[in-house]
Amino acid sequence: MSEPTTPSVEIVPHLCKACQRCIEVCKPGVIETNLERAFNELGYQWVEYKGDGCTGCGACFYACPEPGAVIVFKKGTAA
Amino acid sequence: MSQQVLEKPHSFYEKFDRKGGPQKTTHYCPGCGHGNVHKLIAETIDEMGLADRTVFISPVGCSVFAYYYFDVGNIQAAHGRAPAVGTGVKRTRHNSIVISYQGDGDLASIGTAEIIHAANRGEQMTVFFINNGIYGMTGGQMAATSLLGQKTATTPYGRTVENEGYPIHMAEVIATLEAPVFVARTHLADLKGIMNTRKCVRKAVQAQVEGKGFTFVEILSPCPTGWKMDTHTSCEYIVDKMLPVFPDKVFKDLIAERESYVRPDVDPTDEEVLDALDLGQLGEPFPKDQNFLDNFPTMNFKFAGFGGQGVLTAGAILAAVGMQEHLQVSWIPSYGPEMRGGTANASVVLSNKPVGSPMVVKPDVLAVMNDPSMDAFEETIAPGGLMIVNSTIITRKAKRTDIETLYIPLTQIADDMGLKAAANMVLLGAYLEYSKLLPVDHLKQIVPRGIKRKQLGDQNIEAVEAGAKWVRENVGARKAEAAVTA
Repeated sequence: MSEPTTPSVEIVPHLCKACQRCIEVCKPGVIETNLERAFNELGYQWVEYKGDGCTGCGACFYACPEPGAVIVFKKGTAA
Repeated sequence: MSQQVLEKPHSFYEKFDRKGGPQKTTHYCPGCGHGNVHKLIAETIDEMGLADRTVFISPVGCSVFAYYYFDVGNIQAAHGRAPAVGTGVKRTRHNSIVISYQGDGDLASIGTAEIIHAANRGEQMTVFFINNGIYGMTGGQMAATSLLGQKTATTPYGRTVENEGYPIHMAEVIATLEAPVFVARTHLADLKGIMNTRKCVRKAVQAQVEGKGFTFVEILSPCPTGWKMDTHTSCEYIVDKMLPVFPDKVFKDLIAERESYVRPDVDPTDEEVLDALDLGQLGEPFPKDQNFLDNFPTMNFKFAGFGGQGVLTAGAILAAVGMQEHLQVSWIPSYGPEMRGGTANASVVLSNKPVGSPMVVKPDVLAVMNDPSMDAFEETIAPGGLMIVNSTIITRKAKRTDIETLYIPLTQIADDMGLKAAANMVLLGAYLEYSKLLPVDHLKQIVPRGIKRKQLGDQNIEAVEAGAKWVRENVGARKAEAAVTA
């Protein structure tokens, strides 16, 4: 049997250039930047998912200019 | 698993194998819109299953490296020439999906002619035009699309109408043309704009798949680095400043009403091409004479005279005879803008080896049909070379004493037989009779096939014979020890 999965977003730390366009378009406001954190290998303080509250709308995926930096798992069922 | 995942489209390479740069990310600055558009295009290619058919034409500009990212066919074009290159691809590979991707410096300034004419011809390609209002890659200089008042590296006081004119509205310009089927402008300033861009990208590519014609999507795109703004301010700038000047809308959509057109495959044989170009009449080559070829020297010719005296044709016919004798040959004309009356000359090289340069700087044989040609080229003849002077027109004698000179009344001979324009054939007949370089008989066979006005074939053969006869009667064949005739 399958059960509903929780939507979520993954931001790949070493691909993020910290332009923060995803933060701007995120309606539930669940992506944040952490200025306390170290820099990634590109020299940016990457953004990250707060951990819950993602609706899986995909806005951040399309707002992100970097091909592979944002992965959105939409609402659905997992086997 | 039925969960839908939005992730890096498969039409991107897994790894961006770029020399000297990061291997996982693009080279674009943070917040740059190129990446957004790349993603939308790649997603469309994925969804439509077009990766194996797509040829992506990268421009010059920031997106010059698009070929490092898209796992499709890629060509990087010279500055502004992407639509011209795309035309070539589409015309030769009808099944390809051509995506021409250009910035505003590339498309709206440097390649204005190319985009206008590709659009006007209705080339079946999709053009994505990234408009950020500056030359981003080179440091933010003014582009044709820069806004009035916009301060750039080259408009430090702001763009003014008086100095730089108004920003050019490319989508509007393209939409005035009849051929394009879909012309739209979108922007990337907010999610709505991005999703509208996504819709237009799909629509434009789908129209190409259906063979509808030329599609054009202009995309207002942030350049935080070039504009010296952060990402957020860049997006505000698009909304507040650019959109009032460059409205986002669909300017033209004829996709539904325009008939699909699939260009038929044309694969002509060599013979058909030669026939179509009126070049196929030389017929079978003469039998190969290896001994003749082995001993043939490299000979440089220049034929010079007024336009209309047939010097270009004389050179071409001599080259054609040489070609049929299995020699390596070249012919290049040089002439002014006049079709008649200007000066013209043809350089011809005959050799038993491949011809390195078709330019003849020091001719072994110079034929001059008029005074200016003799004045211009007598000095250039190789020592010991031959000059043939059309003595009907040229009255002066050669200045050079280290060359051989033949004075032949070429125009008079041609005139006597009723075709003044055939002085060039008289020349060839006389030269080959004198030099024995190639058989006069072979020349007579090629002449009627090589000239443009076929109905004059017989008269041209007569002219060849008249020239040969004049040499037999007045000079005789060239002696082993060439004498300077006076």
